[in-house]
Amino acid sequence: MATTFQSTMESLRSSKVWKSIFRRGPANTNRTRSLAVFGNLFLHFLPVKVREKSLHVRASYYLGSISLFLFIVLFVTGILLMFYYHPAAPNAYRDMKDLQFVVSNGVFLRNLHRLAAHLMVFMVFCHMFHVFYRGGYKPPHEFNWAIGVVLLLLTLFLSYTGYLLPWDQLAFWAVTVGTNIISAMPVIGKQIRFLVLGGNIVGENALLRFYVLHVLILPLFAFLFIGIHFWRVQKDGGLTVKSRGGDGQE
Amino acid sequence: MSDAANPSHPNALQHHSPAGELKRRDFLNELTWGALGIAGLGSAAVTYQFFSPNVLFEPSPTFRAGNPDLYPLHSVTFLQDQQVYIVRMPEGFYAVSAVCTHLGCVTQWKSDADMIACPCHGSKFKADGTKIEGPAPRPLPHFAISLTADGELLVDKLQTIKSAQVLKV
Repeated sequence: MATTFQSTMESLRSSKVWKSIFRRGPANTNRTRSLAVFGNLFLHFLPVKVREKSLHVRASYYLGSISLFLFIVLFVTGILLMFYYHPAAPNAYRDMKDLQFVVSNGVFLRNLHRLAAHLMVFMVFCHMFHVFYRGGYKPPHEFNWAIGVVLLLLTLFLSYTGYLLPWDQLAFWAVTVGTNIISAMPVIGKQIRFLVLGGNIVGENALLRFYVLHVLILPLFAFLFIGIHFWRVQKDGGLTVKSRGGDGQE
Repeated sequence: MSDAANPSHPNALQHHSPAGELKRRDFLNELTWGALGIAGLGSAAVTYQFFSPNVLFEPSPTFRAGNPDLYPLHSVTFLQDQQVYIVRMPEGFYAVSAVCTHLGCVTQWKSDADMIACPCHGSKFKADGTKIEGPAPRPLPHFAISLTADGELLVDKLQTIKSAQVLKV
């Protein structure tokens, strides 16, 4: 069995199609391994070399990883929910109710999206507290700490914009109150509130604006900053923050 | 030209023109960046305009509140669509905003307790909008109220007036 698999892979590797995609031999030396990384769009922006210990998985590693995992869950379930949701005033609430009571497995997906969102906010905070108390904001990690703060804000904005979309009483008043907090800003506050809501009250325009922010603009920035965040983790020498025990393990 | 002939000068090759005169490359650079800057500012301005809606599908801030006889003496009437209380007291009529000055929730008139209460964060007001209890920072504003030619109440929410000003009918 194993030999059949190996010979199949062998003939696959020597095929014209494989060679046209990978354009290199087996990655069995440092040079060819580097070439494998450079020749791959998804790998080439990763650091060429990382310390082995920066790849060690520790318990604390999971707080950030869980946040990423929840983001992926939210991304997938969010796309699925978009197939049934109209961001317009009479439809939005009914679509949400349809997802709960009519659409097959709709209530599962909606709740998965909702609960994962709550959990992601919680996990991002846990991750941030952990990094803070471990001194993870100190050099050489200070830039990545700042990126992390941006990611925290993006998480909160995603959570907040998503909160309006069910278009129920809770959503309406939460956004009324939240956007009134914006208007407390001196001089430009009222104007910013007007732009965010597309009007003076939480109405159709506000729903559509929050929807576009929630499903497109904020996730786009989240992807970008998550990319930078992960890249910098490797670049800055991994997650290792010297513990007081001095064994380099967190 | 003497500079160009002197290879020890660090910028020897760029010093073709007499001192003080703008060089072609610098001129084109400034022109390009200037044009891009103006285009950028213009784009920001038109994008801002684009995001500010010109037509709003919201209730009109100026509205007729019907005949004054609709409102009995010593009454506080909540107009849901307009989010305004029409208050009629012996001294006259006034229109009090129903939107809490704290964070914009719509308040409710509690006739049994004789006060206006906000369900969101518990602010309390008297019928004339005076603050009884926070967290609201200010009393509820009074809107301009007048009579139309055919004798109906007219409220203008764009205009706030002093609470001492009442409409005598």
